[in-house]
Amino acid sequence: MTQNVTELDYLKMSAWQKFCYKFVSFFKAIPLLFLNFFKVRIPAAAKRVGLWFKNFGLTIYSAAKYGDWKTRFSFVLFGFSQLARKQWLRGLLFLAFETMFILYMALFGWQYLGMMGTLGTVESQWVENPWTGLEELVPGDNSLLILLYGLLTIIFMLAFVYAWYHSIRSAYNTQQIEEARQRLATAKDDVKSFVDDQYHKTLLAVPLAGLTIFTILPIIFMIFVAFTNYDKAHTPPGSLFTWVGFQNFIKVFGGGMAGGTFGRTFGRVLLWTVVWAFFATFSNYILGIIVALMINKKGIRFKKLWRTVLVMTIAVPQFVSLLLMGQMLGDHGIINNMLKSWGLVKDYIPFLSDGLLAKVTIIVVNIWVGIPFTMLISTGILMNIPEDLYESARIDGAGPVKAFFKITLPYMLHVTAPYLITQFIGNLNNFNVIFLLTYGGGPSLPLLGYDVTATDTDLLITWLYKLIFRNNDYGVASVISIMMFLMTAVVSLVVYNRSSAVKNEEDFM
Amino acid sequence: MTKKFRSKKAAERGANAAIYIILVIISVIWLFPFFFLVIQSLRGEEGASTMYFWPQQWTFDNYIGLFTDTDKFNFPRWYGITLVISVVVTLIQTTIVLITSYALSRLRFKMRKPLMNLMLVLGMFPGFMSMTAVYFILKLVGLTQNMGLVGLILVYVASSCMGYYICKGFFDTIPKSLDEAARIDGANRQTVFFKIILPLAKPIIIYTILTAFMAPWGEYMFASLIVNGDPDNFNIAVGLWEMLNRETINEYFTRFCAASVVVSIPITILFFCLQRYYVQGVTGGSVKG
Repeated sequence: MTQNVTELDYLKMSAWQKFCYKFVSFFKAIPLLFLNFFKVRIPAAAKRVGLWFKNFGLTIYSAAKYGDWKTRFSFVLFGFSQLARKQWLRGLLFLAFETMFILYMALFGWQYLGMMGTLGTVESQWVENPWTGLEELVPGDNSLLILLYGLLTIIFMLAFVYAWYHSIRSAYNTQQIEEARQRLATAKDDVKSFVDDQYHKTLLAVPLAGLTIFTILPIIFMIFVAFTNYDKAHTPPGSLFTWVGFQNFIKVFGGGMAGGTFGRTFGRVLLWTVVWAFFATFSNYILGIIVALMINKKGIRFKKLWRTVLVMTIAVPQFVSLLLMGQMLGDHGIINNMLKSWGLVKDYIPFLSDGLLAKVTIIVVNIWVGIPFTMLISTGILMNIPEDLYESARIDGAGPVKAFFKITLPYMLHVTAPYLITQFIGNLNNFNVIFLLTYGGGPSLPLLGYDVTATDTDLLITWLYKLIFRNNDYGVASVISIMMFLMTAVVSLVVYNRSSAVKNEEDFM
Repeated sequence: MTKKFRSKKAAERGANAAIYIILVIISVIWLFPFFFLVIQSLRGEEGASTMYFWPQQWTFDNYIGLFTDTDKFNFPRWYGITLVISVVVTLIQTTIVLITSYALSRLRFKMRKPLMNLMLVLGMFPGFMSMTAVYFILKLVGLTQNMGLVGLILVYVASSCMGYYICKGFFDTIPKSLDEAARIDGANRQTVFFKIILPLAKPIIIYTILTAFMAPWGEYMFASLIVNGDPDNFNIAVGLWEMLNRETINEYFTRFCAASVVVSIPITILFFCLQRYYVQGVTGGSVKG
C-alpha cells in the first residue's frame, strides 16, 4: 500500500475499486521508479563501481609492491605466476586468453578501432582500370563494419582488462598462499569447484556468451546507429555514414521531416499501437474467460471436444493460419465472393483495405487467435473459485451477468494481473498478426515526399520493419526503437519487480 | 414450490441449450479456416480465389506437385531444412533454458538479480532492430547464405537463455529441502541438478521441447534475412511466403494450401499428444506472473 490509502480503507473497497486502485497505483509507481532509480539505484551502483575500482587499484598496487618476480612477471604474461607455482590449469587458461586477445587485436581489431571516430574516410568509387579499360569498383571504408567490429573490439578490450585484473589478483593470491605455507588449489580442486561452488559460472558461460554476441552487441550497435546518418543515401558499402549527434531525434520529434508529416504519422502510429494493445488484450481476456465459463458450466457435455477445437489455433503454425485468413478476407477472397454470390452484398466489403474496417478486422482475427490461450489459462483458475460464492450470490438474487462482473472477473483480475500486463506489452510489439494478415500492405497514411509510408494498421514495430527493409532508414528507425524500448522496458520492469512472484520468490524454498 | 422448482429447471435447460448453440457456432468459426484450407488444397482449378466454396474438380495434384515439381518451389528441401533446424534448435535450446533456469533458481551468486533484470529488459528490444548487426556478425564468420542453416540455428539458440522465465518458475516450486538433504549426503551442485531437479522437472522439460520445436516452423523475419534470397536455403515460412507473391499467387495458391496442410499435420498431432504439458506450462507461467 502507498501512504495515501490506509490498509483499512483498502479493505473496505469493492473488488472493482481495488482493481482500479491497483491500476492507478501502478502508473503512479512509474515516476516513483524513476525517482528511485536516480536517487537510490544510480548512487548505489556508482558506489559499487567505485568500490570495484578501488579494489582494482589496491590489488594492482599491492601486487606490484609486494609481489615477487613471478607475480610481477604476470603483469605482462598472464598466468605466469600460476604456472611457475604449478597451478597448470589456471595458468594455461589465462595464458590462452592473452594469446587469443593479442592475435585478435593484431590481425583484426586495431584497424577498426582507429576508425571509430570518423567511421571511415575513404569512399568506394568507380575507377577505370588502366589495363583493361573497364570501370572497376575500388572498395573504400565500410562504415557499418567499422562501427560493428569497433564495438566488438571494445567489448573484447574490456574483457581483457577484466581478465588482466583477475590474473594478477589470482597470481598474488597464489603467492600469498605459498608464503603462508598453505596448500595451493590444484587443477583437480579447480575442476571440482566448477561443478560445485562455482557451478553457476560453468552453467552460464555459454548462454551468456551467446547473449552478449547476438543480443547485447547488436543492441549497443543499434543505439549507436541512432546517432549516425545511416540511411538510404548513406548505405555502405557504396557510401559512408558518420556521426551526426542528436539530428535523428530532432527529425522524429521536431517535426521537420517529410514536410512535417513524419512527426504526425509517428503520432498516429503510436496512438494506434496503444489503442490496439488495449483492445487486443482486453477483448481476448474477457471473451476468453466467457468461453471458458461456458465450457466449464455444469451440465455442458463434451467439454474436451470444445477445448480441442479451440486449441487447434495454437497447434497450427500461426504463420499458416494468419496468411490464410489474410487471403480469405481479401477484397476478392472467398468470404467476399461467397457473400456476393449469395446476394448479401453488392460490392465487396473492404475487410482489410479500408482504414477503419481493417483495424476492426484485425482485432477480430486477433480474438480468433487469442481466445484459446485465455481459455486454457483461465480454466484452471475458474475451478478454484469457491462454488458457495456463486451460490450465495444466487440466493441474494444476482443473475449470471452480475455474478460474472462481481465475482468471476475481479477474482480473475486479481490472480492473473501479471499475465494481463505481459500480454499488453506483447501486443505492443505484435508483429505477426498485423504483418502476416495484411501481407505487409494495407491502406496508407499520407507521408509527403517519403518513399515508405506507414499504413493505417501499422504498429510501430511493423512500421520499423518497413523503414529498415524497404527504405534503409536505420538512423531514424533506431531512434524510434529506442523510444519503444524505453516505453516497454519501464513498464515491464515495474510490473516484474512489483509482481508477487519476485517478492515471494523464496516462499517455496 | 414444485412449480417454481420446475421452472428453474426449465430455465437451466434453456441456458444450456443457448450455450450449446453458441459453442457450436464458435466451433464452426474456429474450424472454418482449417476446413477451408483442406478443401482448397484439393481444388483442381487454378486461381487464388473462386466464386464458389466447393471445388468443381477434386484432385491430389497439389500434393503430388509439391514433391515432384521442385524447380521453382523446392518444397521437400525446405521441409527438410526446417526439420533439421527444429530438431537441432530444440536440443540446444532446451539445454540452455534448463541450465539457465537452474542457475537462476538454485544457485546464489552476486550477479543473479542484475542478470535477471538485464535479460528481462533485453527481451523488450525489438528483435529485428538488431538483425543487421547479427547478419554482419554471422557474415564475419561466414555463416550466411550457403551456410545460412548453421547461422540461423545459431541465431535462434543464441538468445534462448532469455526464455528462462517459465522454467525457473517451475524450479522454484521444487522444495529446496530436497537439495539440502542431498548436499548433506555429499552431492555437489551438478549432482543435485542431474539427479534431483531434472527428474522432477519432466513436465516443464516437455513444455520447453514442445515450444522450442514449434517456433522455427513459423519464423520468417530472421530466416528471410539470413538466407538472403537463396531459394536453396529457405525455411518453410519463407518458402510459403514466396508462394503468395503477387506474381505467383494465382498459380500456386492451391499448392500453398497443400503445403500448409503438410506442414501443419505433424505439428498438430505432436501438439495434441503433449497438450497436457503445454497447458501446465502456460498456466503455471502466467498465474505466478
